[in-house]
Amino acid sequence: MTVSYRRERLDRGVKARCDDIFALSSYREACYLWLPRVLPVAFLLLFPLFKEVVGLYWAKVLGIACIVALLALSWDLIASVGLISLGQALFFGVGAYMSAYLNRSLGWSPLFAVPVATLIGALFCTLLVSPLLRLRGIYFVLITLVLPLFFLRVIEATKILGGTEGISGLTYIPNIWVELYVPVIAVLLVVFSFRRLINTDYGMVLRGIRDNDRTVIAGGINIHWYKLQVVFIAGVVGCFAGAFMAHCLGAAAMSMFSIDYSILSLTAAIVGGPGTFAGATLGAFIMVPLSEILRTFGGLRVVFYCVILVIFIVGLPEGIFHYIQRKYHQFERLVEVEVKR
Amino acid sequence: MKEPILKVSNLSKRFGGVKAVDDVSFGLEEGGLLGIIGPNGSGKTTLVNLITNFVRPDSGKVFFKGKEVTGFPPYKIVDLGVARSFQMVRPIHKLVAFKNLIIPLYSPRVKRLIGGKYGDRDEIAIDLLEEVGFERDSLVPYKVAGSLPHGYLKRLELARCLAVRPDLIILDELFSGMSLSELASTLPIIEKIREEGKTLIMIEHRLRELLRVIDRLIVLNFGRKIADGPPREVIDNEEVRRAYLGGEVAESA
Repeated sequence: MTVSYRRERLDRGVKARCDDIFALSSYREACYLWLPRVLPVAFLLLFPLFKEVVGLYWAKVLGIACIVALLALSWDLIASVGLISLGQALFFGVGAYMSAYLNRSLGWSPLFAVPVATLIGALFCTLLVSPLLRLRGIYFVLITLVLPLFFLRVIEATKILGGTEGISGLTYIPNIWVELYVPVIAVLLVVFSFRRLINTDYGMVLRGIRDNDRTVIAGGINIHWYKLQVVFIAGVVGCFAGAFMAHCLGAAAMSMFSIDYSILSLTAAIVGGPGTFAGATLGAFIMVPLSEILRTFGGLRVVFYCVILVIFIVGLPEGIFHYIQRKYHQFERLVEVEVKR
Repeated sequence: MKEPILKVSNLSKRFGGVKAVDDVSFGLEEGGLLGIIGPNGSGKTTLVNLITNFVRPDSGKVFFKGKEVTGFPPYKIVDLGVARSFQMVRPIHKLVAFKNLIIPLYSPRVKRLIGGKYGDRDEIAIDLLEEVGFERDSLVPYKVAGSLPHGYLKRLELARCLAVRPDLIILDELFSGMSLSELASTLPIIEKIREEGKTLIMIEHRLRELLRVIDRLIVLNFGRKIADGPPREVIDNEEVRRAYLGGEVAESA
């Protein structure tokens, strides 16, 4: 008779996992519930304060990661009603150009140009996408892939809005703290409000549309109207990211409509784990710094980036966030197993 | 004679060369319980889809409460008070059973009829599930819909219909795939719904159970209505016997 060991996994008790009153019965349980929420928030809020220590470069990388996180969140929200988009760059570019136009041609300060561009841009995108929302599956995906590229070529060919030069010489964000903190606060606000939204009764309707849209119709609900609302909310988030970025860079360039931004937000959401919003954010905070680190490899950067992407997607198809969440709620221990011969 | 709550006139639908529904007309009085039977592929489900406009009819008209609803978007027809269940159950797999009902309870029709703030709906949903035979104190209403047995999903479909507080309910093969004990507990529910004054259309293969509740029967064959009237007369009809019933009549009659 020999003794061997086997790994045993146990889920933590429901008592500790629910947000009910039991959860606060001890410090340990309170920490168990709140630390995973408080730590990332504290990190995001404190990181810009140490810009002298880490260098302004990395503080700005955090800002870009926040912008990509916003795009990934907007992708995730649209995906929550079952619409897979390959065109987040549409929101990004429309927001950027709209704010740039208001700033350059009408002389509005970013304080007004960004919010107005956010709302009008989202409205514009929603109207544009509205006839396409009846498409399902691959047809919708294809159209969203084409839309930002369409704007790219229109600007290039007709030379409107500065043509290939873009609109440059925009008013910069006046204060470095504003530039660093606005994206951080925007991301936190959006993550937590989306996570709340998806669990309300309204969120149930959205999840219903994703899972079985005809059932939702049979429940007497106009799914087209709900999809429009979701595209608008996602548009607000995406256009804000674009408008803010334009003022950080001091220019709205054609490249903001390029497929890179669509793909970056998509990969962030997929690597992080779609459907949870926190996953999309986590994905952005992994992918963006990663691509910065890989800069030192010069031409090989994209190769390494692709390899890492493939490893993540093949190794953890559910997404990093889902994996971490699952592991966090499990005990793992070795137990003795008696093997009789 | 009273104005019928539902009137279907000359509905037709072709799928390629097949006449799925061929010139079907009938009227249904309020409070009635109509059964529709027919062999497989005789166009029963298509008829439901045409009435609720999940499939657009080629020709013909549908009137609900005297108002023409042909070509209305399906959600609008539900909004007017026609609820339907699906033959192939269509739950929201990833949601817990009672959360499935939040969706119809969130519809404009229900908001108009009962109002209801956040929080109330969970309570109403669990009450509804209890009404269709989910044990309130068990874990069943709190289980993910994708993990429930077929009989429960069928009754979840029924609960979803009831949730929108409809005037007319169309049940597409509610009994199929239910065990005998589930059937025994579901029949009283149907009778109770009936007593509340709701109008029902039931499409069924389970004739024995159907005959216990219905007061009128329509038989479809190859998309055509071949008989219509009181159940006993219809099943004694020579053409119906030939088309569909065969030996089962003697047994059940």
